[in-house]
Amino acid sequence: MTTANVFFWFVAGLLPLSAMAFLFASKKAEKLEVQFGRLQSRPGFFGWYAVIKLASPALLVGLVCSILNMIGWIHVPGEMLLATAFALGAGSLWLGLKQVKHDFRARQPVEKTMQTMLFIAAIISILTTVGIVFSVLFESIRFFNIVPLWDFLTGTTWNPDTAFLIGSGMAEGGAVPEFGSLPIFAGTFMITIIAMMVAVPVGLFSAIYMSEYASDGLRTALKPTLEILAGIPTVVYGFFAAITISPLVVNIAESFGLHADFTNALAPGLIMGIMIIPFISSLSDDVIRAVPQPMRDASLALGMTRSETIRHIVLPAALPGIVAAFLLAMSRAIGETMIVVMAAGLRPNLTANPLEGVTTVTVKIVEALTGDQEFDSAFTLAAFALGLVLLVITLCLNIASSIVVRKFRQRYE
Amino acid sequence: MNITPRLKRRYRADRRFKFYGMAAIAFALSFLAFFFIDIIGKAMPAFEQAYIEVPVTYSAAVKDNYNKAIPREYRYLVSKSYLRTLPYELEAHPELLGKTKQRWALASHRVDQYIKGHQGHGLKKKYRSHVTAMYDDGHIEMRFNARFFSHGDSKMAENAGILAAAIGSILVLLITIAVAVPIGVMTAVYLEEFAPDNRFTQAIEVNINNLAAIPSILYGLLGLAIFINVMGVPRSSALAGGLTLALMTLPVIIISTRAALRSVPESIRDAAYGLGASNLQVVMHHVLPLAFPGILTGSIIGLAQAMGETAPLLIVGMMAYIPEAPGSILDATTVLPAQVYTWSSESIRAFEERTAAGILVLLTVLLSLNGFAVWLRSRTQKTW
Repeated sequence: MTTANVFFWFVAGLLPLSAMAFLFASKKAEKLEVQFGRLQSRPGFFGWYAVIKLASPALLVGLVCSILNMIGWIHVPGEMLLATAFALGAGSLWLGLKQVKHDFRARQPVEKTMQTMLFIAAIISILTTVGIVFSVLFESIRFFNIVPLWDFLTGTTWNPDTAFLIGSGMAEGGAVPEFGSLPIFAGTFMITIIAMMVAVPVGLFSAIYMSEYASDGLRTALKPTLEILAGIPTVVYGFFAAITISPLVVNIAESFGLHADFTNALAPGLIMGIMIIPFISSLSDDVIRAVPQPMRDASLALGMTRSETIRHIVLPAALPGIVAAFLLAMSRAIGETMIVVMAAGLRPNLTANPLEGVTTVTVKIVEALTGDQEFDSAFTLAAFALGLVLLVITLCLNIASSIVVRKFRQRYE
Repeated sequence: MNITPRLKRRYRADRRFKFYGMAAIAFALSFLAFFFIDIIGKAMPAFEQAYIEVPVTYSAAVKDNYNKAIPREYRYLVSKSYLRTLPYELEAHPELLGKTKQRWALASHRVDQYIKGHQGHGLKKKYRSHVTAMYDDGHIEMRFNARFFSHGDSKMAENAGILAAAIGSILVLLITIAVAVPIGVMTAVYLEEFAPDNRFTQAIEVNINNLAAIPSILYGLLGLAIFINVMGVPRSSALAGGLTLALMTLPVIIISTRAALRSVPESIRDAAYGLGASNLQVVMHHVLPLAFPGILTGSIIGLAQAMGETAPLLIVGMMAYIPEAPGSILDATTVLPAQVYTWSSESIRAFEERTAAGILVLLTVLLSLNGFAVWLRSRTQKTW
């Protein structure tokens, strides 16, 4: 029996059995209600009590066995697992049904179980974070055992190919793989800066126009339209950047007598900028609208023009929120993957020229983990080290943005 | 002092400022228009496909070598994927043996691209006048490309379609729904209705906000390290992809569900408590049903986001060449965005329009999902 089959039969067995348990117990409680008058708990609670009695030992057995299998201690055959789980479940259900009496308080255990389940669900989000941190951390530590952290952060040559050769036993004497990540981060920041140069002015002015000038009807139409930009899948933007924008950039550069690579940094940067416009415009629009009207009225009454009011009164008041929006948009741009995978280059390149091909952190992660590489080679481990840096950077940006909001937000009552 | 010139200047600055705002909006909107026109323009040719009329000879030799079924000069023009079906056709209809019939066959992608007038069609020079003549005589026809929707991926561009990827997308999405929606809603209910206000609860809240901002590719690393390497879920399976996407969508669903729960007024809870309902009954019978439209809207938006996501799926290996729809959630699967990605890296010209067509299908689905969510919100929005 395959794992999938066991799982299927487990669920397929448990569901109808649970339904039966529910019906048995609630019918029994209904009969008791006729005999003894209204019970402490509604019949439904007796039903759920029976379901819990049936399912919890069965689920426990399933869980324990699958964990044992995963660790590889004992391999429990699927048939045995199913038989044990259902036998235990049936036994426990029989005990549970015997408990259904007129003075039994079924509601309390049911509510307790439900609350525990809700709590466990909430724990999963914590486990996700822990999982992300540990999955990157462990492999990174292994990587930093091979390559010193300092060399990784400050080296200027990224040349892991020899790691691949060593891994396949074809290394020629003397060649040492180099994992200097500086050019990769330089590329990431260049593309991010290009993106911010597009997104900040366009996003901010769009927000100002929507919140200060546009009528309500126009605003309710404009905002979701702009948000379409954020809803377009990034793989689509990547295709668009690579097929339409890159050649356009190359042609325009050539008409100025400049040489541009097809994997230039400008095309993915521009498109990424357009993608994050809605992050800036929608968030800024909300904070600008939260600035109270009396402040504007006071400024206008003193003879300021509308634009002066916005520049000197409204924007300073909304600044913390706007800065937070910038930081969030920036973390989005740094972690963006598909646009750069499809439109930026693969070759790490330490340059300040946006017309040359550069590569980014995310491109390198994808490159290292989608090949037919041995999972343990330094080349794939490097991807996790890059992921760790990416995680740290984005977390710092998020924390910075929430601190900005909390510390500098002005409250107007 | 004459203030008129200064006043004029200030008013000019005022008008300029408003103009910047309008220019920014116009820039964003014109990009959107340009983008859609460009994608649709690139995709439209893919919905037409060239078919070619050729004499097919069902000789005994066809059973072993299907190339022998048609005259030599046509072999280059007809798709291999058509020729490959001939031995099976002969097996199913033995009465055809020894006969020659005029048949409409799928043309090769070179012929197709040549007739569409695309650069880089790759049709050899010696065939060009022949193909043009056949097209003028009506022996080559452009028909609606139904194969694009009824076939999976193929190495032959003319035969490639999105069916396998679409089914894969649906499977992955179902797993994502099954995992993310219950856990997300339960987490939100716990945080809004049951959680005590202590440090641990605050830690969960901060944590969820951080999760929402973590780059999606890191979820891919998580999926690779935990689901595939530790738990032993098969690489590139729908299960691995679905679980990864579920964790990614979780914060979106939690945040929108919490907003929906918070918008249910306190008086409803008080009334239910007053009538003797327990904590759980208040939530299950009153708060959740009232918050349901909001939860649904948030879940749809989160799932639409998951459906368009590619990066974490590449990391868990969902970029393989998958010509057949997956049979189970443990089989190797591909999804629409990943299919778009694999096609976009093909060098054959005919794949470019297929990429665009795949994008068009994907965008149509996503925009209608989002549109539906917005419509739902506007219809069910309640002011208490």
